[in-house]
Amino acid sequence: MKFSRIIASSGEWLSGDGPHRNIVVSSRVRLARNLHEKPFPGWAKKAERLEVMRLVKDAVENLPEMADSYSENLEALSPLEKQVLVERHLISREHAAKGVGSAVVMNAPQTLSVMINEEDHLRMQAICCGLQLGMVFGMINRVDSELEELLKYAFDPNLGYLTACPTNVGTGMRASAMLHLPGLVMSDQINKIVNSVNKIGLAVRGLHGEGTEAMGNLFQVSNQTTLGETEEEIIGRLNRVIEQILEHEQNARALLAQRKSVTLHDQIGRAYGVLSHAYSMSSKEALNLLSVIKLGVDLGVFPELCRFPVDELFIETQPAHLQKGAGTQKMSADERDSLRATIIRAKLNQVREPDIAQLKAKTPEAAEEKHDG
Amino acid sequence: MQCDVCQSKEATVFLTQIVEGKMQKVNLCEACSKEKGVNDPTGFALADLLMGLGAAQEIEHSAGSIKCPVCGFTQADFKKTGRLGCSACYAVFADGLSSMLKNMHKGTTHTGKAPAAFQERRAQGEKLRDLQDNLHQAVVAEEYERAADLRDQIRRMEATA
Repeated sequence: MKFSRIIASSGEWLSGDGPHRNIVVSSRVRLARNLHEKPFPGWAKKAERLEVMRLVKDAVENLPEMADSYSENLEALSPLEKQVLVERHLISREHAAKGVGSAVVMNAPQTLSVMINEEDHLRMQAICCGLQLGMVFGMINRVDSELEELLKYAFDPNLGYLTACPTNVGTGMRASAMLHLPGLVMSDQINKIVNSVNKIGLAVRGLHGEGTEAMGNLFQVSNQTTLGETEEEIIGRLNRVIEQILEHEQNARALLAQRKSVTLHDQIGRAYGVLSHAYSMSSKEALNLLSVIKLGVDLGVFPELCRFPVDELFIETQPAHLQKGAGTQKMSADERDSLRATIIRAKLNQVREPDIAQLKAKTPEAAEEKHDG
Repeated sequence: MQCDVCQSKEATVFLTQIVEGKMQKVNLCEACSKEKGVNDPTGFALADLLMGLGAAQEIEHSAGSIKCPVCGFTQADFKKTGRLGCSACYAVFADGLSSMLKNMHKGTTHTGKAPAAFQERRAQGEKLRDLQDNLHQAVVAEEYERAADLRDQIRRMEATA
């Protein structure tokens, strides 16, 4: 499969449907695996990396799940193409920095991807829309069980799956959910939530994982520990916390609508106004305003039909996606900002003005219902 | 276990060193370990001394030079990168890692998924233990016919394993 075909369609995690889809953007589970007694990628010599890559790539490409797949060595991808895959959460930023001796294999719906020779020999992930961590784990677990018959994994009965970094040893699993939390941000409760989640051994991060800023009110919640609990226990713990955050977010939204309705109307109206009339827009501004529009869709201010086009803009307006769409000419930041504004204007022109009456009609019962709990 | 130096007191300090893929172990009592300065880097000279490998230059760079026999990774490399060299490093650097893992994770033992081959071994180990328990009970209860049957089952399992 060609890179252009991957680019042409947005991943299933974006276009699909899933439980709590309006707040939980996506659920993702990744497993880290290594081959027995082969030096980890960071320590291996080039020839050793190439040997591992051949072994692993062969096994992965022949999986039934990868029947229709895109598979490429990283040195064959341009920096721009790598960045596109990062923006789609199909490879990590660390993996994008790799070249000869590393590869990536993904299925056509972009729900499964395997990074070869990232920090570990194998980093495989499944990603789906909405809150369905258990199902997503099932998907990647099957892939892992199939690979285990073809490759000799580094496994210790006491320590579990052995990984390059001791922070991943044991299950080698990182389960995470991307949450859209404008209500908690607007009501200044987000820091409180982030702090308490951190205290119970889970990590909260920005849009692109470790060390990234939270933009567009998007937060990634994931497990931090991998040893001493089963995969199911970790996912269960994570699920319970996410459900609590969901409830807080819903309460925050209801309270905002009830007590600060003018502020809420104002924010949605302004976001719509700026997005549909701006001629230059940075990626950060776009994400933050699109987040407010997304909230508007959730609250019924914009028709449900707008959900997918708005969600798509979150990805389409990222720098590498813009550049890719523009063709060969390398754009300056100013040109990108201008193109970004153009794309957003074109899309928002098809979205009719916010219907604030919808908000008024909907919220009172919702607010009362949540207020007691 | 007795102290390897004074041969009288109970050993409480266990020193493991791997040189060129060979593991060396020294057991010391608290008094001797303090006297020989096990906590400071030159303490490794003791291991060499006891094992009759006391080359001075060996001692000199032995402080952080436990080296993985499979991939050549050293403790200094770990300090620098925070990553290990290969899966065998976990056994080589086990002493240092265990306290680190304890602080890092919820527990120190893996309880999750295992490759099918290990799962079988795990299950077989459990079954064998059950059979041995039953055998013991049968002998105590003087049910010799059942005991003989159990003994044969255990032998069969051990033969296939």
